[in-house]
Amino acid sequence: MFYRQSGIYHTRYEATRRLWPIPFERWQVGVILLLVLAAPFYLSALYLQSYLLPWLIWSAATLSLTLLMGVAGQLHFGYAAVMAIGAYSAIHLVRFGLPFEFAFLGAGLIAALIGCLFGAAALRVKGLYLVMATLAMQYLVDWLIINVPAISGGAHATLQAPSARILFFSLENDLVRYYFALAWAVLLTVFLLNVKRTSFGRALVAIRDKDYAASVIGVNPFRYKLLAFFTSSFLGGMSGAVLAFCFYRAVTPEQFSFNVSTQLVAMVLVGGLGSVIGAFLGAGFVLLAPMILTNIVAMLSDFGWLNVSVNLLSHLPLMIYGALILGFLLAEPLGLAKIYDNIRNYFLVWPFKHSRR
Amino acid sequence: MDFLFLLELFINGLNTGLMYSLVALGITMIYKASGVPNLAQGAMVMIAGYLLWATIALLGLPLWIAIPFVVVLMFLFGLAIERWLLRRMVGQPVLMIVMLTLGLEILLRGVGPGVFDAAPKRLDLGLGLAPLVVADVFINRAYLIGAISAGILILLAAAFFRTRLGTKLRAVSDDHVASWAVGISVERAIGISWGIAGVAAVGAGTLWGSVQGVDWTLSALLFPAIAVVILGGIDSLLGVFVGGIIVGVLGSVIPGYLDPIVGGGTRDVVTSVLIVLTILLRPYGIFGREDIERV
Repeated sequence: MFYRQSGIYHTRYEATRRLWPIPFERWQVGVILLLVLAAPFYLSALYLQSYLLPWLIWSAATLSLTLLMGVAGQLHFGYAAVMAIGAYSAIHLVRFGLPFEFAFLGAGLIAALIGCLFGAAALRVKGLYLVMATLAMQYLVDWLIINVPAISGGAHATLQAPSARILFFSLENDLVRYYFALAWAVLLTVFLLNVKRTSFGRALVAIRDKDYAASVIGVNPFRYKLLAFFTSSFLGGMSGAVLAFCFYRAVTPEQFSFNVSTQLVAMVLVGGLGSVIGAFLGAGFVLLAPMILTNIVAMLSDFGWLNVSVNLLSHLPLMIYGALILGFLLAEPLGLAKIYDNIRNYFLVWPFKHSRR
Repeated sequence: MDFLFLLELFINGLNTGLMYSLVALGITMIYKASGVPNLAQGAMVMIAGYLLWATIALLGLPLWIAIPFVVVLMFLFGLAIERWLLRRMVGQPVLMIVMLTLGLEILLRGVGPGVFDAAPKRLDLGLGLAPLVVADVFINRAYLIGAISAGILILLAAAFFRTRLGTKLRAVSDDHVASWAVGISVERAIGISWGIAGVAAVGAGTLWGSVQGVDWTLSALLFPAIAVVILGGIDSLLGVFVGGIIVGVLGSVIPGYLDPIVGGGTRDVVTSVLIVLTILLRPYGIFGREDIERV
């Protein structure tokens, strides 16, 4: 119906290689882009600042992680540490007096260099052992941040993000922060949509599918595994900087703990490994579903329809979040992206379902 | 004096390490049988602790009835997890299985404190708090008894592998298809290994709950337990024993000297460094079996 293919005849190779060969999808992307661009004009400040903004930033972080886990197939359970490095580097570089634009790049570079250390484990092991190694490194980075006062500003301290300007606009302004986060998310989306069409992306996919086989056909696993960690940590560190400057405004080590790493992996998996639209859906779902469901239960108990103790209510988000991961892994291991794809495929030939077989 | 201090750290580390081994025992049991890394073992320890507290405090049963009761409950709990969660994941990539157990860990970490209230619970085994003093060395009595019980339980687990059922489990851990061919029910063997992991969680939950109280922090025992299995070799019982002792001793001696200098929290660092170094130098641990990969 919507995703109609009839009447679309590709006569040139460029046409078949487009990102969205079906006109409806181009319209869809355009409408969504318009909606988020106009969001500050029809959404209240509360929804914009506490729902849409974190969703965009976490989607950007999920996109950078899905490049590593979905495209290159390297498991990473310490991604929050990489983002922490980016966030803390950006703040310290701005405090040092660097313009924000350079501090932003510098944060990415520092995160990428340290992120390559995580990758050193990937050169030796894979699968479960890589999970354990990255997990251990997360704890190391956490400890370093907490226990070196020069980084965190002392134990249990929060580090205020200094005021900065991005291209003449002050980041103190809510609108500027929103549009900066939006621009970063769009930039990452465009990069990830296209990376699979480059030789770099194809090499990563070859490594993911079987690294020995890839080296037989001339893809150097050493080089591309490290490059995957470098690129992903670069983007992840910059996403961490965006998170620190646009959303948190003041960072503490707890905001980048191991639980956050798990949450990022959950976003990637719930969304669908290696999928771009999945990163947005997964980040939104993992971030918002526990909040919304808990609010519903709180509302029901306010009406007196459900008897829920305060203690149970405070642990409900954690329970819903855990149950969500279990539910998705059991019911649809390929994630929300697969559900979206199923719907799309259904409408592609609607109402002639029989024609697909 | 200095030597005494070292000895004290060493002995208390030894005791702690053996209690870590008890948590790690569950992970090894499951990995041996089914190749599943159970990252929910820490949460299972926590749930066992909560259940034991609930049977004693809420149902009013004495300790010696409560423990067997919780053992039965946790055995069934382990069986249920295997039957309804892990069996449906057979053949999925390791990432999915790791994430499933992590999801279970998060769920249990919400359910335990959510149902039983988040405040730490006291689990009194009647051991007393006064430290044991042997030749001027202070030994924490609870940890000592915990270590002895842990040692006994690990030896029992080793002995269990000599029985008829244990032999079946060893066959299953060697080769699923070959065990099937000679008439061993692989599903049942894996289920039983989960049940036994649940029982091991009761041991760990009782001992750790008595020394640090029952609350969600019990699930954080997962991290040292991971270090134990990585260091000792994830599919080796002897590795659990030796790995536990090394992790415990190093995690006690090094912080004992370093903590005053750098300001605390070095135990987690020692644990992390042990994991990273083991994986970089000898990924399969001290006693683990190396997998050979074919293209």
